[in-house]
Amino acid sequence: MKDIISIRDFSRGEIDSLLARAGAIATAPQIQKTLDGKQVALLFFEPSTRTRMSFTSAVSRLGGTNITVDSVEGSSLSKGETLADTMRVVSSYVDIIVLRHPKEGAARLASEFASVPVITAGDGAGQHPSQTLLDLYTIRQSMPLEGIHIGLLGDLRYGRTTHSLAYALSNYDVTLHTIAPKSLEFPDSLVTELHKRGCRVVEHEDISEIVPELDVIYTTRIQRERFPDAASYYNVAESYRITPEALEGHKKGMIVLHPLPRAGEIDPRVDAMPCARYFEQSGNGIPVRMAMLEEVI
Amino acid sequence: MKSKAEGLMISPIKDGTVIDHIHPGAALIVLRMLGITGKTNQELSIATNVASMTNGQEGKKDIVKVSNRELSKEEVDRIALVSPHATINIIRDYIVVEKKGVESPKVLYGIVKCTNPGCITNANEPIRSAFEVTEEGLHCLYCDTLINTDLENHIT
Repeated sequence: MKDIISIRDFSRGEIDSLLARAGAIATAPQIQKTLDGKQVALLFFEPSTRTRMSFTSAVSRLGGTNITVDSVEGSSLSKGETLADTMRVVSSYVDIIVLRHPKEGAARLASEFASVPVITAGDGAGQHPSQTLLDLYTIRQSMPLEGIHIGLLGDLRYGRTTHSLAYALSNYDVTLHTIAPKSLEFPDSLVTELHKRGCRVVEHEDISEIVPELDVIYTTRIQRERFPDAASYYNVAESYRITPEALEGHKKGMIVLHPLPRAGEIDPRVDAMPCARYFEQSGNGIPVRMAMLEEVI
Repeated sequence: MKSKAEGLMISPIKDGTVIDHIHPGAALIVLRMLGITGKTNQELSIATNVASMTNGQEGKKDIVKVSNRELSKEEVDRIALVSPHATINIIRDYIVVEKKGVESPKVLYGIVKCTNPGCITNANEPIRSAFEVTEEGLHCLYCDTLINTDLENHIT
């Protein structure tokens, strides 16, 4: 694979192979320095903490060198240069480009103009395949991806992570249970597409009606700006909060995931429960991003 | 069956392309999609909402005649989006030398503007928009936006 732009570009076999590679990296007694002598540009034209840090760490662990630009202000884009030109120029400096950009589709454009491999680290509300791959990797650490029931909770309309994850999961025999506030449900076009791909999607109004059936609860942030006033936001946010009480009666082996950062969606008391896997999930960003870098080099 | 009145409205062309059976009222959009504007120098004849007889049914259609230009298949296939039943006649020395229907292209480049203001194709970049033509609508190959309503309003 020359570039990693969208989870939609991956076949099931390619996902499985990359996850297996990440697993091998995570358990290897010694890391192969596959990026030895290679330079990687980390172009982050939009704020990011964990994605940027974990890519930086992944490159270093593989023996590569990072060149980082972490704001538009410090780059030629602030002088009006097109992203296309930036890609042409940076291609002559480095061996791989990792790009985060505020415009959707920026990564696709970058791959058209760059002569070196491009990995997207998020483009606006669009693609973020490394998050999806580490989500799948974390689920697979606990259970096979076949035959499971996954609850997607929170803002399912604007949350890009749940869209990509749902699409990736439709490669497997899974049942998706969506639990979202009114007007923040999955877009109809996505549900139609998932159905076409043979994925079962079941809508629920309340998490309590489905908790005992779920193998995975994937929760996302509900943003305050989606609501007309603070009161209605707090009302809705409270009813979608994961607490030990809300998880009562859950299946043995069920896991709770969150792409982080969280803002009250998960009660801190859940952190001590065996089902809390969100910090481990975040840490899995390292082996998964190492596998992605190895994939394109 | 053609009436005498219709024949008077648009005279035959010697060489060029006749696009017939255009969806009534869509002729001007078809011209925009073909990049034929008032600034181009082709001789044009346009008839809109003229009487038409298709499979024994009376109806209406638009017709466009472009003199001295033979439109390529790639050009005319674009108009399938707004007029899937249009037919293309290539005329040489007043004779129809080729007649064909239009087929939806698999990917449409640069004709439609993405409705997502955050899409990179709407930024100042040296690229054309690109849409996959699907049963559900037009799927932006850059930002994944699906356009399935008001298509005519998004033609550049």
